[in-house]
Amino acid sequence: MSEGLGEEVKTNPQGDVITAAPAPTKEAKKGAAAQRVVDPDYLFLQAPREKTFITGSEAAKEAIRRANVDVAISYPITPQSETMQQVGYLYAEGYVKDYYRGEEEYGVMSAIAGASRSGVRCLSATAGPGLMRGLEVISSWPGGRLPAVLLIMCRVINAPLAIQPDNVELSYMLNTGCLLFHAENQQDFYDYALAAFMIGEKPEVTLPVAVAVDGFFVTHARGWVSLPAADIKLPPRDCYHEAVPMMDNENPPIRISRDAPIQKSNFISYQMHASWQQEIWAAQERSRKWIERWLGGLVEVVNPKAKIMIVASGAAVSQSREAVRQAAEQGIEVGLVKIKSVRPFPAEEVRAALDHAEKILVPEFNYVGWLAKEVKSTIRGSERVISGPRVFGGMSMPTELILEYIMGTPNRR
Amino acid sequence: MKQTQEPAYRVLTGPEGLLPPAAAIMGIHLPEDGEGLVEGRIVPEEKAMEAAAIAMLTRKNPTLFPGPLMLWGWNEHTIEKSAPFFEVAREIPGVRIIPMPDYRPIYPKIDPEAVINPCHPNLTIWHNKIEACVFIGVHCHFANITLKMIRAGTNCYTIALCAEAGHEDAMASVPQFTAEKLKNFAETLKRVKKNGIKPLYEGQGIIPSGWAQIAGLTGVEAVKPEEEMVEAGFAHDLEKGLDENEE
Repeated sequence: MSEGLGEEVKTNPQGDVITAAPAPTKEAKKGAAAQRVVDPDYLFLQAPREKTFITGSEAAKEAIRRANVDVAISYPITPQSETMQQVGYLYAEGYVKDYYRGEEEYGVMSAIAGASRSGVRCLSATAGPGLMRGLEVISSWPGGRLPAVLLIMCRVINAPLAIQPDNVELSYMLNTGCLLFHAENQQDFYDYALAAFMIGEKPEVTLPVAVAVDGFFVTHARGWVSLPAADIKLPPRDCYHEAVPMMDNENPPIRISRDAPIQKSNFISYQMHASWQQEIWAAQERSRKWIERWLGGLVEVVNPKAKIMIVASGAAVSQSREAVRQAAEQGIEVGLVKIKSVRPFPAEEVRAALDHAEKILVPEFNYVGWLAKEVKSTIRGSERVISGPRVFGGMSMPTELILEYIMGTPNRR
Repeated sequence: MKQTQEPAYRVLTGPEGLLPPAAAIMGIHLPEDGEGLVEGRIVPEEKAMEAAAIAMLTRKNPTLFPGPLMLWGWNEHTIEKSAPFFEVAREIPGVRIIPMPDYRPIYPKIDPEAVINPCHPNLTIWHNKIEACVFIGVHCHFANITLKMIRAGTNCYTIALCAEAGHEDAMASVPQFTAEKLKNFAETLKRVKKNGIKPLYEGQGIIPSGWAQIAGLTGVEAVKPEEEMVEAGFAHDLEKGLDENEE
């Protein structure tokens, strides 16, 4: 304790000293106040950018700095904690209007739902087991037609305990109704997160957007990120132009909001519920236009004519790019389909890109192979798909492993 | 994503079946500003307005369904639409105006002459034998679920005049529907009549339906004393209904 020094030391209820980052400088606070709103097209596509060498977490922070976020709520869990700690700095500097730590992830995701219903722009982030804890509430967001952005920094789901990257958690997200983008690197994490706010808030979409990235490989590693100036930001959420009315206690009738339909035991009552669910997935389809516009498409295709094609998302794309390069050195042409948007799934684009392929590999950072299942259920001739290679439990993916599969899977044809 | 090829699916007047798919899932794309949708096909805006006008003039019991955005005047945009809304009504002989003031479920039963409710829109359509209707000022989510249910079980030609991006599940829809476009719709109604479309209910004005219409539009005495109506309000009916049907 610092008794006698004349300074009061703050402690938590357990008596631990609370440490904090230095108070923001006046200069930093001026930055937030000076930001001006620009058209999203300008911010995403036209504004001059400068390259900077930063971590994935810092890239997310830079996205949030320009996102005009009203409320950020989070509960710490590795590897997400670092990003949300940085969001705390943004709050201190005035870039985020409100910020707090929830009691746990269920509470956080519930609080985000409440905030979104009130019409403000919301953000949360989580990882692995935290996502599992919040998943019940997250699954209710799309039905509530609640725009919000959820950053998912993937990690192993227990047990055995590990904090390393593994994106099996995304298999749980596939059918929640949330839009789901999977970022390959730091640049993607910046671009996808920022665009996610605008895409989810489009009136015809009005859905939550999850932006996933493979933890540590991207969140804690540095990469080159092109950023526009920090003095511009997105327009605020325009909640009066969305698919559902927000809670508005100053305009009658308050209860016009999203009351659940009364469920009587008859077909027509349940038909209303069924139509409601259909509408969520229809709204996903409507998001394609904006993903095309602001993320340059739902997929990226490299070497489109190659007979051997790799399909990957997230950090597995980077390993695949390198495997494609190494295969070329050996005189083998290999193509690559990068899946940017997992939901909506780019079925048409994937079918078109793989129609000619003789062999299709799907490298993944998880045991269950959710992406391989998606690809198999989408294309004609699913026997062409080799579900692998896969690594999990926090392993990295050596490019040699992908090359082995390109040359011929060990112990297989 | 722009519609690159003609989708096989068409959004036709129902009944289509117990649970039709959402048109967006079947490859129907929303039009851009200046375009419209007719039965799932993107057409120039004036063509969509024309199709909507013909349906409203020639099909049985045409009805306008104004939603909360029209009724509650939440912002300038909705307020400025109310005058041209009545211009449109005046151009459709025999038209009814049945509001959707709220999205709350009304049980055990709605008064189908007084309101349409998104939980069972088919009841209003069936009861009034409505074969053409316009949704305007309804939040997109509730418009879409309602339009799907109408398509499933009725033969009503649905038209969605949407202030936002438009509706794939309506037989005709125009997006970004401003007050100006509402005036154009009134002009379109006049034009198609001039060009030879004979309205089914030639010579009839707006047909009152429900106590609100009787009180408001025809000058007829309200069925209840006005103060009682205000006091009772909409919630009163709802509460009564719930109590009667308690399970």
